[in-house]
Amino acid sequence: MTRPLLDVSGLSVSFDTYEGRHDVLNGVDLTVDEGETVALVGETGCGKSVTARSIMGTLPRPPGDITAGEIHYDGTNLLSDKGAHERVKGDEMSMIFQDPMTYLSPVYPVGSMMADVATYSGGKNASWWDVLKNLLGRRENNAEIRERSIELLDRMRIPDPEGALDRYPVELSGGMRQRVIIAMALINNPEFLIADEPTTALDVTVQNQILDLLRERVEERNLSMLYITHNLGVAREIADRICIMYAGEIVEVGRTKEIFDDPLHPYTRGLLDSIPKLTGFDGTGIDGQIPDYTDPPSGCRFHPRCPAAMEGTCDVDPVDEYQVGGNRAVACHLYDDGMGFDEAEAIASDEATYQDDDEQRPAEVGAGGDT
Amino acid sequence: MSADIPDTDAGDGPRSDTGETAMHRAEEPTVNPLVSVRDLEKYYPVTEGVIRRSKSYVKAVDGVSFDIFPGETFAVVGESGCGKTTLGKTVARLYETTGGSIVFDGQDVTDLDGKALRQLRRNVQVVYQDPSSSLNPRRRIENIIKEPLDVHDVGSKAERRERVAELLRLVDLPEEFRHRYPNALSGGQKQRVAIARAIAVEPKFVVLDEPTSALDVSVQAKIISLLDDLQDELDLTYLLISHDLSLVKNVADRIGVMYLGNFMEVANSEQLFQNPLNPYTEQLLSAIPVIESYEQELKPTAVEVQGETPDPQNPPSGCSFNPRCHRRFDACDAVEPVLVEVEPGHLTRCLHDPGEKREEVIQTLPEGVSVEDRAGGRTE
Repeated sequence: MTRPLLDVSGLSVSFDTYEGRHDVLNGVDLTVDEGETVALVGETGCGKSVTARSIMGTLPRPPGDITAGEIHYDGTNLLSDKGAHERVKGDEMSMIFQDPMTYLSPVYPVGSMMADVATYSGGKNASWWDVLKNLLGRRENNAEIRERSIELLDRMRIPDPEGALDRYPVELSGGMRQRVIIAMALINNPEFLIADEPTTALDVTVQNQILDLLRERVEERNLSMLYITHNLGVAREIADRICIMYAGEIVEVGRTKEIFDDPLHPYTRGLLDSIPKLTGFDGTGIDGQIPDYTDPPSGCRFHPRCPAAMEGTCDVDPVDEYQVGGNRAVACHLYDDGMGFDEAEAIASDEATYQDDDEQRPAEVGAGGDT
Repeated sequence: MSADIPDTDAGDGPRSDTGETAMHRAEEPTVNPLVSVRDLEKYYPVTEGVIRRSKSYVKAVDGVSFDIFPGETFAVVGESGCGKTTLGKTVARLYETTGGSIVFDGQDVTDLDGKALRQLRRNVQVVYQDPSSSLNPRRRIENIIKEPLDVHDVGSKAERRERVAELLRLVDLPEEFRHRYPNALSGGQKQRVAIARAIAVEPKFVVLDEPTSALDVSVQAKIISLLDDLQDELDLTYLLISHDLSLVKNVADRIGVMYLGNFMEVANSEQLFQNPLNPYTEQLLSAIPVIESYEQELKPTAVEVQGETPDPQNPPSGCSFNPRCHRRFDACDAVEPVLVEVEPGHLTRCLHDPGEKREEVIQTLPEGVSVEDRAGGRTE
């Protein structure tokens, strides 16, 4: 394997709030190869967006604080060199956000915002005179930018792209706004895209269209993408590789098909179980809730909710990532490093299963930390 | 069961020809619907100018008819803005109707007010989508759950306290939660409180408005199984409003697929997923992101999904779905289709099954073109 384009290793992020120190990310390892789409999947509050923002360098600091870890992009260490981070972020990375209405300004037409992104992204030095000129619509390369915007909007299958440039976001439908956001992210020809739940606010039929478009664009330009979502179905459609995240830790990494066919980590298994399927649904969900980050559980962060938790091991020893059967990585004490895949599979189906146990009724109370 | 749904809508169209309807009725002669909605309309005025003159209407619910039988879960699915929440709230009499009728348990409740309406509320309750906004943050859980009991003056003070404990048990929450405030609870727990409040006055009918869509999947599954258990235990009838087809498939007995204020297809869940008749349902089904390869096989062959829901203020002429439809033909923007029963309990609104509109459709067609008409008994 060649060197990955993006390499996050041991990333730990904390937040200082009046409730105390929240240790949100706890040693996140993540790689994205060139031309690859990696999905980062997890539930609300598991740290997906914090990971994305750390990579993008938009983490608010304070209260955020990167306590450990490194982020390498194409060999450049981003965290140690602020200038390099700014440069890489502007020239090579782009981000697509979840809710277009919060990221598009309601008072500027689409075309003007796209032109601003094209002009200023990457923190290029602009004098106040340039800014004023641009504000008055006397941008030097106005025509060129406009042409590029129209072409991009057309690629995003927006009907009447020229007219769309002069419209305000409120005049566009939800799907159209999301297309504009994607077009904006692509306007400076980035190499690396971070998509933070870009289809969550959309209806399924529109979501499908956006996913198709995104996939086409990514393939056409050979982009690398980190796709953040809580929807495993969406991850399955778009990703080459999937990282499952729980409470600030990556618990399982594998190729998309492997994750869905043979999930190993108890959390992944519970998550897949919980999703209603067209074929039927007998899932029981996972007891408990995501832990309080001010006082995360010792050992494996999942152990209070885990059906296979081993007393004396899971609640004491921190977990490492174990390589299982070739290219799978799973952070769980059930498995050993270098274990064969078949053996791991057998353990998974024996131990990590969820049963509806009426005895343990007040389920959600068990996992503490909700005060 | 739903054989007599579109009585006023589709008239005596093709159903009387088939004779299946009569047969179907004969099987279950005694079951009366608990909720029976006919031609329900809810229009929102679009106002203009200082004096709020109404300029036009948004027809959020436009002539919807359906029955819900006791003990059944009837689901309404559709994309955002199709009117499903308005439908739910109108059926629960939270909104005034613009037209049509709602019959609950044999009584016409369309125009109830005052005391009579309050009486109805004992039997009809609602669970909302986002528990963080449906629970008052300044009241303790106990008071939140007790409020409906106070309003309806159920039992003595001590009995109400006892009832709160019982309700907390029913929704699997520990009793000490009664002293907490909603913000001390997680999303799933809050939704349990909302459910406890809804079932406090022992309603017969509960409208569930996207009860799980604000929750994470692992919690969602828990809430779904709780609702399922409660339905068996307390003999509840549900109207489930959702946008999640995979969820609905597993929970609902019958499903209405809604688009721009009206049902495009009504069927029991088996029929709908195995044999979707309406092109809109096909598009919805083919767009679900699934997680298993054998689920993929259950979806209809991939249909290219086009466009988005049009502006409900200016709905397209003819069939409201025609600009996005992959099976569109000439008549579609001229003739408005009606709900037609194609097989027992399975209704669709599409000019490919024109029903009584057959003549009209044929007139708009160029020569040599014919339409399928499954209901008319034409063999393909």
